[in-house]
Amino acid sequence: MELLLPSPGLLLWQIVVFLSLFLILKKYAWKGIIGALQEREGEIDSALRMAEETRAEMAKLKADNEKLIAEARIERDKIIKEAKEAADRMLVEAKDKASSESAKILNDSREALKQERAAMIAQVKSDVAVLSIEIAEKVLRKELSDKKSQQSLVSELMSDAKLN
Amino acid sequence: MFKHILLILSLSVLSIFTAYSQHDESHENHGAKTEEHVEEKFNMGEMIMHHITDEHGWEFTHSLKLPLPVILISEGKLAVFSSARFDENKGVYNGFKLDHHHIYKVNEAGEVDHHTKVWDLSITKNVASLLLSTVILLSIFFAVAKGYTTNKGKAPKGIQSFFEPVIVFIKDEVVKPNVGPKYQRYLPYLLTLFFFILVNNLMGLLPGAANLTGNITVTLVLAFLTFIIVHFSANKHYWLHLVAPTGVPPVMYPLFWIIEFIGVLMKPASLCIRLFANITGGHIIILSLLGLIFVFKSFVIGAGVGVFTLFMSGIEIMVAFIQAFIFTLLTSMYIGSAIEEHHEADHGH
Repeated sequence: MELLLPSPGLLLWQIVVFLSLFLILKKYAWKGIIGALQEREGEIDSALRMAEETRAEMAKLKADNEKLIAEARIERDKIIKEAKEAADRMLVEAKDKASSESAKILNDSREALKQERAAMIAQVKSDVAVLSIEIAEKVLRKELSDKKSQQSLVSELMSDAKLN
Repeated sequence: MFKHILLILSLSVLSIFTAYSQHDESHENHGAKTEEHVEEKFNMGEMIMHHITDEHGWEFTHSLKLPLPVILISEGKLAVFSSARFDENKGVYNGFKLDHHHIYKVNEAGEVDHHTKVWDLSITKNVASLLLSTVILLSIFFAVAKGYTTNKGKAPKGIQSFFEPVIVFIKDEVVKPNVGPKYQRYLPYLLTLFFFILVNNLMGLLPGAANLTGNITVTLVLAFLTFIIVHFSANKHYWLHLVAPTGVPPVMYPLFWIIEFIGVLMKPASLCIRLFANITGGHIIILSLLGLIFVFKSFVIGAGVGVFTLFMSGIEIMVAFIQAFIFTLLTSMYIGSAIEEHHEADHGH
């Protein structure tokens, strides 16, 4: 029975000592310990959050980079395409120009040649005329020593001239 | 660190045997000297009661007793002397008589005066153990707290890293989920409570130590403090629930008041008795097992009992932790239910 009966002396000591222990520990131990633990928890939390944010930022940066690269690629393709088109156009133009130029030159030279030939033919004609007159004069002078021969010659010449 | 403590604990369990063998020896020597013909009979019940109850002076073994101050207030006068005076004078000294751990006033003729009240505020074995545990707790947690200032921003070290997981466990697994969002206010008390019970449970397992947490007075104070904290922090929902439970016709209220009143008192009463009974029960089991050695005086039984006692001591170490945990957990739950904010309709019991 003695076990189950509280003793007043121990009761008083227990209340006094336990409450003093609580107050001392609360002020000088738990405050610091709990504060430090909470601070550390806060630090870990913020560090984790920061890592998460950094990761998100990195992902965003990467996405941006990829977008930039894609844009650059499109731009490059566009430039190349345009350059090709310009080159083609220029080539076609040059070709056209060259062919028209050559046609003109050809035409001109043909024209010139024609005129030259005409002139030459006229020259030749006049030269031939002069020459034939001279030849004819010489022949006539030699041949026309007798009448008969003169007459035959004239008729021969006449027939020849008709052929011409 | 943990290995160290395990070693110390197992050594202390082992030294129980040595302490008891000495006990027995001195018993026999004593018997041989004073009464040559009658061999002193070993009384197990007496031995167990002697070990689990309080006493004036701290007796480690039969011949080794640390005298402690006796402080008495009687008829408005204070008397302070060493408990050794009682032992020297067959329990009577300075007008006081020590009889079965109780101190009474005696008159000149040596007759006990039951009418004069004697307030016994002595530093008994339990009070000394209480003070010792306080010193231990203060030095441990001052060292731990110091660790947090010296290792600020660094990993915990030494004693700090040994206690940190326990503190964090109590904080995050026991107090936070059970008390609720306002747990910060109650955390220092609940941590003090847990470590006080734990350290005293473990100290009680040491040979020759006091049975402080197995003392009903101590558990009563702890349970009473829980009761006070719960009812001083209780909000209006808690009181309303006690006075006018929802879903109950007003005619039935008086019946519910009786039930709730019993419930309110049973909670701390169960806390008080659970801790007392678990710790005292554990001590009684170990002491009974060891008592068997002196009853049978046989090597075979001694060896068997020794092994079983070692096993029981291991269980008692576990119980020391479990009981400290349960007391703190239930106190947290009682506080939590008293300060809980009810957003939905309460359905009663």
